[in-house]
Amino acid sequence: MDAIATFFRLIWELGVYLFTVVPDLLPIILALATPLALGALCGVLNERSGVVNIGIEGIMLMAAFFAYLTGFALHSAVGPGASIALGILVAIIVGGLLGLAHAWLTVSVRADQIIAGTMMNIAAFGVTGYLNRLIITPSGLGGAGVIAPFHLPDAVANLPIAGPVLVMFFDQGPIAMSVLFIVIALQFALFRTRWGLRTRAVGEHPKAADTVGIDVYRQRYLNVILGCGLAGLAGAFLTLESTGSFQNGMTNGRGFIALAAMIFGRWTPIGAFAGALLFGTATALGVVVSIRVPEGDLGNIMRSIPSNWYAALPYLMTIVILAGVVGRSTPPAADGVAYVKEGKG
Amino acid sequence: MGDQPPVLEMRGITKRFPTGTLANDAIDLEVRPGEIHALLGENGAGKSTLMNILYGLVTPDAGEIRIDGQPVTIHDPADAIARGIGMVHQHFMLIPVLAVAENVVLGQEIVRPGGILDLGEAAARINLLAKKLGFDIDPSSKIEELSVGQQQRVEILKAIYRNARILVLDEPTAVLTPQETREIFEVLRRLRAEGASIIFISHKLDEVLEIADRITVIRRGKVVGSRRPAETNANDLAELMVGRAVSLRVDRGRSHPGASMLEVTGLRAKNDRGQDALQGIDLSVRAGEIVGIAGVAGNGQEELVEALIGLRKPTGGTIRLGGHDLTSASVDRRRDRGMAFVPADRHKYGLVLTYPLDDNLALTRYGDPPFAGGFAGIIRNFRAIAENAIRLMKEFDIRAPDPKVPAGTLSGGNQQKVVVAREFRHDLKLLVLDQPTRGLDVGSIEFIHKQVIGRRDGGAAVLLISAELDEVLDLSDRVLVMFRGRIVGTFPAEEAQREKVGLLMATGGARA
Repeated sequence: MDAIATFFRLIWELGVYLFTVVPDLLPIILALATPLALGALCGVLNERSGVVNIGIEGIMLMAAFFAYLTGFALHSAVGPGASIALGILVAIIVGGLLGLAHAWLTVSVRADQIIAGTMMNIAAFGVTGYLNRLIITPSGLGGAGVIAPFHLPDAVANLPIAGPVLVMFFDQGPIAMSVLFIVIALQFALFRTRWGLRTRAVGEHPKAADTVGIDVYRQRYLNVILGCGLAGLAGAFLTLESTGSFQNGMTNGRGFIALAAMIFGRWTPIGAFAGALLFGTATALGVVVSIRVPEGDLGNIMRSIPSNWYAALPYLMTIVILAGVVGRSTPPAADGVAYVKEGKG
Repeated sequence: MGDQPPVLEMRGITKRFPTGTLANDAIDLEVRPGEIHALLGENGAGKSTLMNILYGLVTPDAGEIRIDGQPVTIHDPADAIARGIGMVHQHFMLIPVLAVAENVVLGQEIVRPGGILDLGEAAARINLLAKKLGFDIDPSSKIEELSVGQQQRVEILKAIYRNARILVLDEPTAVLTPQETREIFEVLRRLRAEGASIIFISHKLDEVLEIADRITVIRRGKVVGSRRPAETNANDLAELMVGRAVSLRVDRGRSHPGASMLEVTGLRAKNDRGQDALQGIDLSVRAGEIVGIAGVAGNGQEELVEALIGLRKPTGGTIRLGGHDLTSASVDRRRDRGMAFVPADRHKYGLVLTYPLDDNLALTRYGDPPFAGGFAGIIRNFRAIAENAIRLMKEFDIRAPDPKVPAGTLSGGNQQKVVVAREFRHDLKLLVLDQPTRGLDVGSIEFIHKQVIGRRDGGAAVLLISAELDEVLDLSDRVLVMFRGRIVGTFPAEEAQREKVGLLMATGGARA
């Protein structure tokens, strides 16, 4: 009896602890979720049209590097604001171009989509590491700078309940701030527009789309390029909005966690965003539990767990989600299947 | 009607596929406004290829298409749609997870500024069109929630929504119940009354005679004749289609049953949802006898077949073959004892579609000599596999360019012949046939029926399960009726009248 009572008391204390800690963490959670959400949206756009892209990690890394390189090279020439804006633009373009390469490989050449994505990841790691050593490290110059986050007036931030939520979404740099709007726009576009209907059609049954005169290849190219542009934006966030520097392999598995968020969200933009927030929360809590430890038994238990376990939380969650604990989710029917027109040529 | 100029003319259409098959050989076809024009031919005769050319899915090697007398080139379906051609494919081109309205408008969406879909307007138009054709449909329901008959109407709506004046239907009745077939014929007659031209592809003779105004017969890629229903009959059409006289009724001859071969007593099994599908089946089949099981689909036939061949574990009862208890034996062991099986779904169970023909023909015995050799039989004997394929292809008239083509590239009739050729071995004791001629043309049906009778006369016990009552009545020496997991009646062939058996199938009789 006593053991059960203790157990429920601990659960209660954990709930109270989370309730007091999480509101303060909200802006950090969104910042951590931003690259995951953008990467997951890239996955949604690709896979809804029938193209599997596991190269999101590599695309993010390449875009992060070239965004940083642009900001770094133009910093003194055009000033910090303009150089960062140009860096973001370059990241989106680099993402789009790599998307074009992935689309060419998977849609036109009909290469194995998993291999194409793997190749992207390996190439990105090598190319950025090499160029980093070749250009940035020896220059000895300072960084590209980071975008200063926007701050809400205190009167707004201190509002009960609404305050923390507004702070979460608006005490941010421009990229993190725009994520919510991109998610809502894509959710609407995917389910309410002509483009969205055609995207879902070519991802579910490309031949049916072909027989009503839709160009399956064009639709897939468009989606892969747009999606990878978003992955590029995620890369820019990492170097120009979050850290202000470039390190080798700095994406650190985010492209893969983004895919888990996409699956968690059942291939919908809003669901993918929720998945990204969940991973962001896990990461933030993993850091904060070792800094803000509660009093009493709960604190003793939490202190007894090595901090590495907390740091591993988002990755453990990925495994659990991919193992299907959240319930089977069904991908688009033609996901990962190249479309061949029969009887042509 | 005969004096009007044709709305569609196809002249000298020729298409050779990369595999070497000459699918269309200088085909001419003329369709007039407001007529239902049947295109009749065996599976693999080239009907579907011709229509895929018309719809821009296949590029012809030669030939000319004229619409309203004007020569046109059709590069892709978008061209075809723009010329007023609509097509209802045999395998529906519908997206199961999308709504009816989304499927209908796809490709020609009704949009507000900014590309935003106006599904309300789409639904209104769909309701209007459906009313004109004489049926109701809920534009917001998802395709996967609809019956096959309803899905077909959505396909017709798709074409009419695109203002099709020439509507092609590829084997539209193959998947329908008789009731649904009558309904779709009603829809087609209404369309004809509205002035549309309909090309109706089929290999079912009575349907063609019922619905068509004109019938063009294609055999091996060539037009071999054109008829009006009034001036022909089923036998004449069958002969044109196959190229020789065919008997539409089987001459079963006399059976000479021997000792009891299959003994099933008190067999029970559950279906996939855990309900009792077989509630104590007793049956026996003697050597040299064909026993047919009639019944409305879903009364436990599927579970009975699976329990017999070893794909489903019985929950009670016994299965004995030639005195050996096989109730819980493996599939392999059952085959060793002389059991063979022709499944209803040849794509799912009968063949590995991506494997070459010769491997498919050795699929049930790949581990035995002569197909396997070397130490412990781990080496494949390619020569024996190839020789076996060539022999069976000749014996069973399997039409394929060579034994190395994937089984999936063959026509339905030829695929079924592959399964039959493999299963009809010489040491056969029990042959389980589950809808052996589903979706086949008259020539293939006749061939397979003759083979079945040949095996019976060779001393095999044959158990035939079919949803086609006529097939059961034509072939069986004894007819059993299955209803809700039980055998509710037994008739010797001479007493099995259509009406009597049909009534028992529907009601289960007093014993149910």
